[in-house]
Amino acid sequence: MKLGLVVDLDSCVGCHGCATACKQWNTSGTIGPLSDKDPYGKDPNGAWLNRIRTYEVGDTPNSKTVHMPMSCMHCEDAACVTVCPTGASYKRTEDGIVLVDQDKCMGCNLCAWACPYGARELDPQEGTMKKCTLCVDRIYDQRLPEAERQPACVLTCPTRSRTFGDFDDPNSEVSKLVRDRAGKQLLPELGYNPVNTYLPPRNKPVVVMHETASISQTVKGWVNKIISR
Amino acid sequence: MTSQEDRIAIASDLPEFEDRDKQETKFTTCYMCACRCGIKVTVEDNKVRYIQGNPNHPINKGVLCAKGNSGIMKQYSPAKLSSPLLRKPGTERGAGEFEEISWERALGILEKRLKRIRETDPKKLAYFTGRDQMQALTGMWASQFGTINWAAHGGFCSVNMAAGGLYTMGHAFWEFGDPDWENTKYFMMWGVAEDHNSNPLKLGLKRLKERGAKFVSVNPVRTGYQAIADEWISIRPGTDGIFALSMIHVLLKNKLVDDEFLIRYTNAPQLVVNTPGVKGDGLFYRGDSEHPQVWDLQKEAYVDANRADVTPALFGELTAPDGTPLRTAMSILIEKYLDDEYSPEVAAKECGVSAADIERIALEMAHVAFKETITLDVEWTDWAGRKQDKFIGRPVSMHAMRGISAHSNGFQTCRAIHLLQILLGTIDCPGGHLAKPPFPKHVPPGIKPAKTNIPNTPLKSPPLGFPTCPEDLVIDDDGKPLRIDKAYSWDAPISCHGMMHMVISNAVKGDPYKIDTLMLFMANMAWNSSMNTAQTLEMLCAKEDDGEYKIPFIVCSDAFNSEMVAYSDLVLPDTTYLERYDTISMLDRPISEPHAACDSVRIPVIKPDRDVMSWQEVMVEMAGRLEFPAFMKGDGERKYDDYKDFIINFEKEPGIGFLAGYRGKDGTKSLRGEPNPRQWEAYEENEGFFEYELAENQRYMRHANKDYLELAKEAGWVGSTDQILIEIYSEKLQTFRLAGQGLYDGPMPTEEHHKERLVKYFDPLPIYYMPLEEQRIDRDEYPFHAVNQRPMFMYHSWDSQNAWLRQIMNQNYLFMNRLAGEKLGIEDLSWAWVESHNGKIRVQVKLMEGTNEHTVWTWNAIAKRGGAWGLADDANEASDAFLMNHLISELLPAKGDKMDKITNSDPVTGQAAWYDLRVKITPAKEGETGAWPQFAPLKAQPNAKKSPDMLSYSTHKNVNIVRSWADTLFRGDK
Repeated sequence: MKLGLVVDLDSCVGCHGCATACKQWNTSGTIGPLSDKDPYGKDPNGAWLNRIRTYEVGDTPNSKTVHMPMSCMHCEDAACVTVCPTGASYKRTEDGIVLVDQDKCMGCNLCAWACPYGARELDPQEGTMKKCTLCVDRIYDQRLPEAERQPACVLTCPTRSRTFGDFDDPNSEVSKLVRDRAGKQLLPELGYNPVNTYLPPRNKPVVVMHETASISQTVKGWVNKIISR
Repeated sequence: MTSQEDRIAIASDLPEFEDRDKQETKFTTCYMCACRCGIKVTVEDNKVRYIQGNPNHPINKGVLCAKGNSGIMKQYSPAKLSSPLLRKPGTERGAGEFEEISWERALGILEKRLKRIRETDPKKLAYFTGRDQMQALTGMWASQFGTINWAAHGGFCSVNMAAGGLYTMGHAFWEFGDPDWENTKYFMMWGVAEDHNSNPLKLGLKRLKERGAKFVSVNPVRTGYQAIADEWISIRPGTDGIFALSMIHVLLKNKLVDDEFLIRYTNAPQLVVNTPGVKGDGLFYRGDSEHPQVWDLQKEAYVDANRADVTPALFGELTAPDGTPLRTAMSILIEKYLDDEYSPEVAAKECGVSAADIERIALEMAHVAFKETITLDVEWTDWAGRKQDKFIGRPVSMHAMRGISAHSNGFQTCRAIHLLQILLGTIDCPGGHLAKPPFPKHVPPGIKPAKTNIPNTPLKSPPLGFPTCPEDLVIDDDGKPLRIDKAYSWDAPISCHGMMHMVISNAVKGDPYKIDTLMLFMANMAWNSSMNTAQTLEMLCAKEDDGEYKIPFIVCSDAFNSEMVAYSDLVLPDTTYLERYDTISMLDRPISEPHAACDSVRIPVIKPDRDVMSWQEVMVEMAGRLEFPAFMKGDGERKYDDYKDFIINFEKEPGIGFLAGYRGKDGTKSLRGEPNPRQWEAYEENEGFFEYELAENQRYMRHANKDYLELAKEAGWVGSTDQILIEIYSEKLQTFRLAGQGLYDGPMPTEEHHKERLVKYFDPLPIYYMPLEEQRIDRDEYPFHAVNQRPMFMYHSWDSQNAWLRQIMNQNYLFMNRLAGEKLGIEDLSWAWVESHNGKIRVQVKLMEGTNEHTVWTWNAIAKRGGAWGLADDANEASDAFLMNHLISELLPAKGDKMDKITNSDPVTGQAAWYDLRVKITPAKEGETGAWPQFAPLKAQPNAKKSPDMLSYSTHKNVNIVRSWADTLFRGDK
């Protein structure tokens, strides 16, 4: 299995719902706590596993605003795993989820430097590396209703711009979306082969104009029709 | 189940992460903003493990926004108040010196004060609330107290939106109506920041995208929703009205209107008296009847317009038998908007949208409305009892919000947008704009604002209502305002949500009179909810010569140590939303969806750890102590034990109470039924909400749908089953205009400026005019519009500061168009001075592409006082963030005339004109950095828990997944 996310950039409005849902679930989850330094002070800064970057692309008049949720891509050839000196970072064989064993992590930060997607954050209290687990503590949990065995970010997304599934399965929703919507990997040239895939904005719908028949300059040009109330 | 789900379901070799036997799941309603989503809360040891959207809930269908997902940090805020507070004798307001007192003492102080006011001069209590969603209760409480000085925050939020719709078609946007997301093919969104509403709008936009519908967004700023629009119209703020009216010009020029819709469902064919300068001009011609008349083309006679068996002339000029010249409302409309002043070429100069775009968008909408018509083959019965075999849908829809309403021309702009919808025939039809029960109501709803002030006596009607003529104004015999906020006076005759933004300023001036006690709930008037914040703080502390405060006593209820707390004399600590019982009532604006009447409740999921009482509970308790008639039995005993008991047993009329669901003794009745003693339990069992689905034949054309109207009458939503006639031409507005012209048999203003405003702004057809601030300042001196919006992750989250959300944003910038900034030599991230007629502030600038070049804007209410909300004195919100409020006056710019004392509001509705602001911008000098003005930090509440330097929230010890040594050794770096 190759589990990961598809993110639809055509409908993401940058609301940060996925980011706080992630923080909320995971701070009490297997990778938690996700600590916050100076939560009520100057320059508060905590560990987040999913952040939304908003960019403007191009100059006026050919400019567009893009909201880009970024979390671990669960790369097939993950640089963060390669560089880990303790073996704390690893990619699971059974489903491809990249995890950090909190007991083995010494907080050296090498993985965060190696990751080109900025997807790993050092916990300011624990001193260990935190990252997206694809909510491994939800997706297999038989005690959750089946429909809720999804990553928190996917469940919560108000524009339903996030889809979770198995990229190995050609019939899965994620595989179909990637095919139908020409899904793109981020920075494929680096060769890490990220699993998470982004759907680019669609072509805009074309609406034709109503024909302009009788040009009426005054009220005199209007004729009553027999229409009963 | 797909093969993929099959495989995911295979249990993996994982530890048990949490003890689910120790957890419970409870359902309640979110209150992180005004959207009112259903939430499912997992609780562990009385701590919140996880808050998620309720998948069965009609509003949010399982999704939840950034705010809803941050509820934990609200619940565990260090700024929570933990007991009632009394300002220490000898200390000043604003110093934040309080002693903690018992509830018994706090309620005793309040009771004594209120009793005296009620016995002597009830209007001396001014009671104003923020967006509390319990106006049915607080309004009723004020009525029972006997004070006309009550309102919620609608006057400074979106009364233009509500009034514009209610005075036109009996419903409006947001809580009143929604686009038909499932069927619309062309969606136009006007002036919607990241605001009303949150998750339904996001879900709806996704549906549009899935279905390939076109999404056009009209907004000076391209953030959030605008970023995913198919077309972004970068309009100049405050000019949407001319854009809409110019599109109407294009439609009329091409005769592209739905004449069947206009004849059947609107007052377009009604005959209007055309006698300029003479009494009766502009009113409907009634002849000898009590009803407006139409000209019947087949009978060739004048007939009552409300009859079913008529074929009215939509156009025409006639002369009545008595010689009165008449025109149909439609003829007046056509003549008005075909004028060149509405041509795309002229409009383009004003609004900045090109003439070609104005014409194209109008014609695109016409194409979709008339050439891509959809029909639903559902039999229904019209208001006159005639069977119809289908619903005809014109799939163009719109949504508009504060960018439209927060201007002083917003009421007429809202009417203009509705007129555009109406001419296209897109009201309450498949694919169009759908009402949400209990709306639509008759135009306007039949409640008149109260005027009385009698000791120990309830008001005869609610404090707020809908005037339809000058007789309904709340003024005395000399024409002077009776309300402290001057609502329903000649300054703003149909201010049907009150004018909360004027209360402090008026009360301190003693204009129209002084008050005794100001009672506030969920309103941060000492900070971001006031215009002119710095001066408002001075007003709150202003004293008479004898040393008494000009506002003698200020009471606030708040769950947190907000800026307002420090400026109060008595503070009543509220519960959080996870700790209280609450109703989102059908008597207010409930959570209905277009095809279902819905309401909901809040049920505590967490036991409070502090000595707090919900404001609902305080209201009911105080009503009992003050012996309000509606809260007492005949024998002098209290009728209700507490809030829960009140909600179950109070009946507005037989069978109608706060909650519409699970009524009747056994809980089997919906909408109307006797009280059910187990109603709360029934809501709890049904996940906190009630949903009454409309039958297929009741879902559209509800203004003229017999089966729907009968249901609505039975449910108490409307007073009669008469057709709800859509008023494109407002005779009600015309009565005010006649009063301004001196042509009215009834109250008329005496002041010239009032007359002038009535004549100019009370046009019975929608108009565009330049916003009032812009009319009174030098536009060259103040070349930029300045507007603001809340970010999506904070919108309406007014009553807390959130440790997670503030990590997303804790400083706001002044955003400006890159090219405009470069012209002024203002660099990205430099500091600059921003100056209006009312003052100046220093801000940090960010340049961006997606902003109209005549506009600057910022994220609102990011700035906080240091010390408030549990924040450190040097928090970014206090040092670098800024409020634009300082630049906005509650009065119009001074020019030395009578208008100097007039509210900075819409002259029709009193809507606060936040977005009329004009500014100039100059680079700050070297070394001038940091936000200015700065305010001294506030004190933490007594016995406050120290805000932590490090926060590691978890409800249990986190369970790590251990990588086996074998895997580490044998798989190496994989």
